[in-house]
Parts: sequence; C-alpha cells; structure tokens
Amino acid sequence: MSDDHVYLSLAEEHDDGDARWAFGTGFEDPLHGVDPAVPAGVDRADLAARCLALGDDALVSAQRLAEWTTRAPELEEEMALANIGLDLLGQARLLYTRCGQVDGTGRGEDAYAYLRDPGGFRNVRLAELPNGDFAFSVVRLLVLASWRLAHFERLTADPDPVLAAVAAKGVKELAYHRQWAAEWVVRLGDGTDESHARTQAALDRAAPYLGELFAAYDVRADVLAVLGQVTDAAGLRLPPAPPLPGHGRDGGHTEHLAPLLDELQSLARAHPGATW
Amino acid sequence: MSDTGRTRADWPLYEVFVRGKRGLNHVHVGSLHAADDRMALTHARDLYTRRNEGVSIWVVRSAHITASTRDEKDPFFAPSADKVYRHPTFYDIPDDVPHI
Repeated sequence: MSDDHVYLSLAEEHDDGDARWAFGTGFEDPLHGVDPAVPAGVDRADLAARCLALGDDALVSAQRLAEWTTRAPELEEEMALANIGLDLLGQARLLYTRCGQVDGTGRGEDAYAYLRDPGGFRNVRLAELPNGDFAFSVVRLLVLASWRLAHFERLTADPDPVLAAVAAKGVKELAYHRQWAAEWVVRLGDGTDESHARTQAALDRAAPYLGELFAAYDVRADVLAVLGQVTDAAGLRLPPAPPLPGHGRDGGHTEHLAPLLDELQSLARAHPGATW
Repeated sequence: MSDTGRTRADWPLYEVFVRGKRGLNHVHVGSLHAADDRMALTHARDLYTRRNEGVSIWVVRSAHITASTRDEKDPFFAPSADKVYRHPTFYDIPDDVPHI
C-alpha cells in the first residue's frame, strides 16, 4: 500500500519502463516531437542572435541566483531562489543548443556557457549587476521575469518551432518566478520602514536599466503595467529614469560580468572537456 | 493577532500535506516556516513538490492541529485492540478491487 505515501509511491517499480532520475517521475521533454529543421523564410543569423541573447540573460541570472545559496535570509527562500535559478539554467541550455544548431558553428551548449569571454555575452546589464541586498534581488527578478514572461508569451507563436516550444515551457516557469518576486516586493514595500526604504532604493537602482530590455521587442506597455500594479500594491514607485548609455545586447557590459564569468567558467576552463 | 505592525523574530511553523499525482489523499510530508498562509503555500511548492511529487498542496499552522497525547494512548487506542469483529476480514475481496 505504498500508494498511501507520496514519496514511496514514486519509488515503486513502473511498467512503462521509462527512465527515471532520482525520485522524479513523469518528466516531459519540452522538445518532444518538435521538428528541429529551420523553416523556410527564417533568418538563421537572426534566430541564433535571439536565442543567444535570451540564453545569456538566463545563464547570468541563474548564476546570480545561485550565489544566494547558503546566504539567503531563510532556508525556504534559499530553495526558492535556487529553484528559480535552475529553471533559468534549463532555459539557457535549450536556447544555447538551438543557437548552435542554427548559427552554422555546430557548437554545443557548453561552448556558449563556458568558452566565451564577457564581450561575447549578449545579456542585458540588469542581469549581471551584483545581488546587493535581498530587496534588490527580488526587484531585479520581478523586472526580468515580467519582461521575459511577456516576451516568451509572444515567442510561443514564433515561426521557429524549437524556439516556440522552449517559450511554451518557459512561460509556466516564468509565471511562477514573477509571482514569487511580486509577492516579496509587496511584502517588503508594505512592510517596515526599513524594508520599504530598501525596496524603493532597489527600484531606483534598477530603473535606468529598464530601457535596455525594451530596445528590441515591443512589450514595454505590458511590462510597465505589471510593474505598476505591483508597485502600487506595495506603496512603491518605479521612477522614470533615462536609459544608461551602452547596451549589453551589443556586448557592452558592466565591470561585474567578468568576475561572474570567471567563477562560472573556472572549472570548465581549467579542465577542458571534463565531465562530471 | 495583536502583533501587527512589528516583525516577529521567528516565523510560525506550518505542516504540509501533498496530494501526489497518483495518490488518493493528501499526505503529510513535512513542515516549514512561513510568515503567513500564502507564503507557506509558496514555500511548500518550492520545498516539497520540486521533484514532481504533487498536484495539490494543503498547509496548516502547526499550532492549529490538536493532537492526541501519549498519556491518552491507552484509553484512546487500547480498547480497539481486541475488537477483531470490526475488521472486514470475514469477507472475500475480489482480486481486482484495489485500495481496501
């Protein structure tokens, strides 16, 4: 009668013979049944560039979220931050793989993550800024998740079937990321004087980096509406701010990206081709 | 609660119940700390369903659970130990009826 226990039932033998990792069951391949051929009329270089930019946003964000591990204010929140980072890492892997298929180089996902220098990265600069305090981390996550969700919702109708499938998987993850971050921003903004002041300072710090997000895709109105809803509920304000000069999407980064990549890439670069 | 307006040093404890994909009932899987009910649900999602275990979660403040005590063990449970006639063991159960 192990059916009575949620974990024991997972460990049971199954008849269908599908592979299982640890206790997880019922995993789905998001690309199952998707034709990887690039449809006629799709510009391969443009598709590769879009995959690379979205993959870099996800990888750099995942690394920043992973930095919270052992440092988060509560054990439960540490798990939440790590889970969100792992969702984004999964998105990055699929996007890099697609990039390698269409950009003519045939590179694998590791080549994009581990073997490029900061100037080759196309992430927005908001993603690479240091974590700061918890308030800045949740504000940054709210902004990035809101933008990415709005963008992925449009990508589910992309002419490239692989990118559309990656987006369809990501939408469900990003909806949770946005919700988790929004709940924290409201909680902090509507909390004590200290938490309110810190969260407002985080919004002030993030504001100049928003313009960069909206440069390429027309989701500005949607994202600002979401952010406005959250800041209203939190008693906070997203100040108008002129965009900073330069552009992460062109490879122009802050001084913070290089140390992040140093840490991320150190093992793979010290032991080329190592597996673990 | 009279503690609104100030923060509490410790978040209260919640008990978590998860209904598994193929499970029948919500089953107790553990506990966690959270500031309020909504956060408890979010934490439960992040802590107890990250390996695809669940399709539904209940959380309840541990303080709201009334439990039987050790002292009550005998009067509560011992009297049922010799009432074998209360078990449906005198019936033949068909092989194809599960979960009995």
